[in-house]
Amino acid sequence: MNLLAVERIKFFSTRSPWWTAVTALALMLGMSALFASVLEPDQLAVPATQAGYDLALVVVMVMATLAITTEYRFNTIKVAFQAEPRRTRVLLAKTAMVALVAGVLGEVAAFGSWALAKVIRPAADLSIDSGTEWRQVAGVGLVWALGAVLAVAVGALLRQTAGAVTLLLVYALLVENLVGLIPEVGPDVQRWLPFTHANHFVRGTGGQPAGAEVASAPPFGPWGSLAYFAGIVLAVLVIALVTANRRDA
Amino acid sequence: MIEAVGLTKRYGRTVAVNELSFTVKPGRVTGFLGPNGAGKSTTMRMILGLDRPTAGDVLVDGRHYRDLPRPLRHIGALLDAKWVHPNRTARAHLRWLAKSNNLPRQRVDEVLELVGLGSVAHRNAGAFSLGMAQRLGIAAALLGDPQILLFDEPVNGLDPEGIHWIRQLMKRLAAEGRTVFVSSHLLSEMAQTADELVVIGRGRLIDQSSTARFVERASGTAVRVRSPQLERLRTALASTSGAGVRAEDGALVVTGLTSDQVGEVAAAQGVVLHELSPQRGSLEEAFIRMTSGAVEYHAEESGEHLHLRGARGAEGTEGTR
Repeated sequence: MNLLAVERIKFFSTRSPWWTAVTALALMLGMSALFASVLEPDQLAVPATQAGYDLALVVVMVMATLAITTEYRFNTIKVAFQAEPRRTRVLLAKTAMVALVAGVLGEVAAFGSWALAKVIRPAADLSIDSGTEWRQVAGVGLVWALGAVLAVAVGALLRQTAGAVTLLLVYALLVENLVGLIPEVGPDVQRWLPFTHANHFVRGTGGQPAGAEVASAPPFGPWGSLAYFAGIVLAVLVIALVTANRRDA
Repeated sequence: MIEAVGLTKRYGRTVAVNELSFTVKPGRVTGFLGPNGAGKSTTMRMILGLDRPTAGDVLVDGRHYRDLPRPLRHIGALLDAKWVHPNRTARAHLRWLAKSNNLPRQRVDEVLELVGLGSVAHRNAGAFSLGMAQRLGIAAALLGDPQILLFDEPVNGLDPEGIHWIRQLMKRLAAEGRTVFVSSHLLSEMAQTADELVVIGRGRLIDQSSTARFVERASGTAVRVRSPQLERLRTALASTSGAGVRAEDGALVVTGLTSDQVGEVAAAQGVVLHELSPQRGSLEEAFIRMTSGAVEYHAEESGEHLHLRGARGAEGTEGTR
């Protein structure tokens, strides 16, 4: 528990987490407000209120990356490993802390965006009453938490902000979408990529307003997709932990 | 107590630390002396479990660093004053450190007062001058009230007041019975603070001995005498066995004899003395001579080599200390 408290103190005692959190929140709310004002009330459904979730997810991953890469940049990771030589514990505490913040932020952003759309278009049917609709809103926090874990792991592996952020941004925003354009094999590869599954979990197939087009049918249902996404995230985390224990701090 | 046995660190083909063995004992300041790039910082990182030795071992109180529960309570270290987040306040930096080892929160303010940073604790560490950053690093090292302290080049870039403060602090910590291990590339600095020296060059151990013995062996001693009857004294001294005499701006510099012996020779000859002072060779010069050829030395016979070289070298060494 001490180590979680340590990470809490570290996380909230610098400014960049606040800025990135506010940016992610603003993106979510802004996109929701935009869709709510542009779409006719009869077109506006619950998924549209979460339109900004994947863009904001990228910002959340930047926040999570910074939480670990700034430690390497300023060498405070060495001080942290000096204070607690069991590195796995240090890194897991940080991962848990960042995932918790991302998860809570995701729920606040998701329900906030939904409420905002409801205020802007009271006439639209935005009630959350099916399991699918609950997943589409509340699922955002889960995906953000897992995305944050992935970002911490990648940050711990690359140990520098520019590299880790670039890799995550280019991968999440470009690579997964472009892979689908490769003739023949592209769609088959794409249906196994992690963010495709994260999207599938939050948005389900079809009817998404701003989602990437998934050419092939996903191999799992939404919850299977979440489990698959989580599996890939945990695999990267394990690689990061093993690596951090092996190399010099 | 810190014990290193056959400690070795290789980076690719470069050998940073080469079969280094030494012990650092409590109750005294042990200087870790070597030129820049000799492997001092690498050794300190290995002591703290930050770098993994390629071979050999280093133990803190008989245990590996990674096996120490709440290590800040055993061993505090200042390796680099810049190892702080520039946008985090000094207090926040110490607070997370204290929390990690379950130290009470008021300990943070205690050490901040101790190092004289109480009034700037709320300021971001990035805005600190080097001297202030150094003090913050020392506060972090003292946080867990540890019995062992490690300082890597603590006086680098400090003003005279800061240097004086750190020297006093280290002596006080050692006087309290703690183990103090402090690195430096300046022998003159170590000669003022360290009781014991671990000297390395190019990753290898050159010598471990008391500072006084090292200085004596490294530089040799000489006695400077002035007299109105200089020629008579010179003849008398030259005929004494084991003595080397040379003239130097109106005085004689005698090697191989103690000041007592020189005085007795003068008295026997009825020569009046205006000065009789034991001289120390230039420390830095001797140190450079010893460490520059470090690869020639082999751990087992380093003592012999040093003695010979030191004695020969002293002939040409001007007494400045």
